[in-house]
Amino acid sequence: MIRVILAELRKLKRRTLSLSTLASVTALTGLFTWLVYFRINEPENTRRGEHISAADLSGQVGLVYGFKLVAFLLGITALCVFASQTAQEYTFGTLRNLLVRQPSRMKILLGKLISMKIFALVMVSLSAAISIAVSYAMSGTAKVDTTDWSTSSAYQLLGRTFVNVMISTVGYGIFGMILGLLFRSPISSIAIGVLWFLIIDNLFANFLTSSAKWLPGQNLFNVSEGGTPIMSYQHSLIVSLFYLVGGLGIVAILFKRRDVAN
Amino acid sequence: MGTICGFVGPNGSGKTTTIRMLLGLISPSSGTATVLDENITHPEKYLPKVGALIEGPAFYPALSGRENLRVLADLGGYSVERVDELLVQVGLGDRGHSKFKTYSLGMKQRLGIAAALLPNPQLLILDEPTNGLDPSGIQEIRELLRTLAASGTTVFVSSHLLSELEMIAEYLVMLREGNVIFAGHTEDLLSAAQPIVIAKPEHAKDLDRLAEIAKASGHDSRVIGEELHIKGPAEWSPVLNRMAFEAGITLASIAAIRPTLEETFFEMTEEKK
Repeated sequence: MIRVILAELRKLKRRTLSLSTLASVTALTGLFTWLVYFRINEPENTRRGEHISAADLSGQVGLVYGFKLVAFLLGITALCVFASQTAQEYTFGTLRNLLVRQPSRMKILLGKLISMKIFALVMVSLSAAISIAVSYAMSGTAKVDTTDWSTSSAYQLLGRTFVNVMISTVGYGIFGMILGLLFRSPISSIAIGVLWFLIIDNLFANFLTSSAKWLPGQNLFNVSEGGTPIMSYQHSLIVSLFYLVGGLGIVAILFKRRDVAN
Repeated sequence: MGTICGFVGPNGSGKTTTIRMLLGLISPSSGTATVLDENITHPEKYLPKVGALIEGPAFYPALSGRENLRVLADLGGYSVERVDELLVQVGLGDRGHSKFKTYSLGMKQRLGIAAALLPNPQLLILDEPTNGLDPSGIQEIRELLRTLAASGTTVFVSSHLLSELEMIAEYLVMLREGNVIFAGHTEDLLSAAQPIVIAKPEHAKDLDRLAEIAKASGHDSRVIGEELHIKGPAEWSPVLNRMAFEAGITLASIAAIRPTLEETFFEMTEEKK
């Protein structure tokens, strides 16, 4: 298993993927966090229709606010990376090489999953670090008091938020992996995944509000938020796990049984 | 001491499908097979001792040749020294750091062969290993396969270059429509094949008359270019020469040859050139 993880990490380490992904994460996290502080006095300075004040940010939440804001983008990035890393084995025809050197298909699948989780961990950690750094850097300009940010309860909140964002990011990534294994094409799997989570999932949630509690995108997002009064964290975690375990189970059976004919 | 076994058959005869089955990539619908004394239903038992190049080299374009080999070396637990050694062996020592997407077809093929050699295999399965190689590259691969066989590796190689196989393969397996039509020593196949008398009349217009003379003597023939290829033993050549002379046909040349593997292949698979 360790060998599969090492082999997969070698692929993930390639500059064109790792540097561009981490640079995008850095830029987006920095930009989103900076914008909140830069527009602190504007009536709509965060998500659409929402406002957060300097007083709000002076609380513990200020430490993680920017980080939570980019959770969805981290998820979409993970979806694209997981989907392309999985589906490319079919398009490049490299799966046959992997299976000759490691005939256990489940080990290949699990190794891929673990290595991509490690990649997601790096991505989420970087995002958290950038967000906190920008928040501290901008706090003076926005007149945000950071005294509460260095309390133990603020660190606990940071830890909880980190775990929630990590679960949500890996969840989106696993959806990408499922799509990659189903469609065996990076372009198709990324297109379908992004289309679903950016548009279709939200359309259902807005126009068929009763469905929101059962939609994968809404629930994964709610996990990263740590739950809301409308939808509990536990509910979202269970629904998300149901989708992910079910989906992974189906594609694992397909991957194990399907002939490798290309 | 290893050996080289050629695997031949027309397109669609099932060569690649067979190779995929032997490597555990596809499941057989029926029948049984063993590789290195292990049933193919348990590829994990024999694949660590097998190297393979299937249907051309497939690697990650954005990784260098060396990194591509290291991915497979990581997977199989082979050392980085082995990777460097193989890059030199296949003539990619100075291009190992270049991205795979910048490689020529011949270089890609060499990298594929290096990947197949990673486990220092007891059995090496190669599907069209000389595709895209220039004549000197083909010669190098031929020598490499001979060296590997001499050092104890069994090489199972499918190729459309039958003249190449004729030079290196001690054994042959011939497929047609998914069925084995010959499996044995190459020499046995070639010696069992009917010899051919090649006659070239001075004037091409006499080819048809010459074919009629051969047919009257009970020998099938076919015209290839300005020559008539007649199935018949070498001892029959003087008889044909005499009959042609009596019919007023002057032969510019006449020779008896043993059919090549290519000719035998076409004969057995009933394919036209």
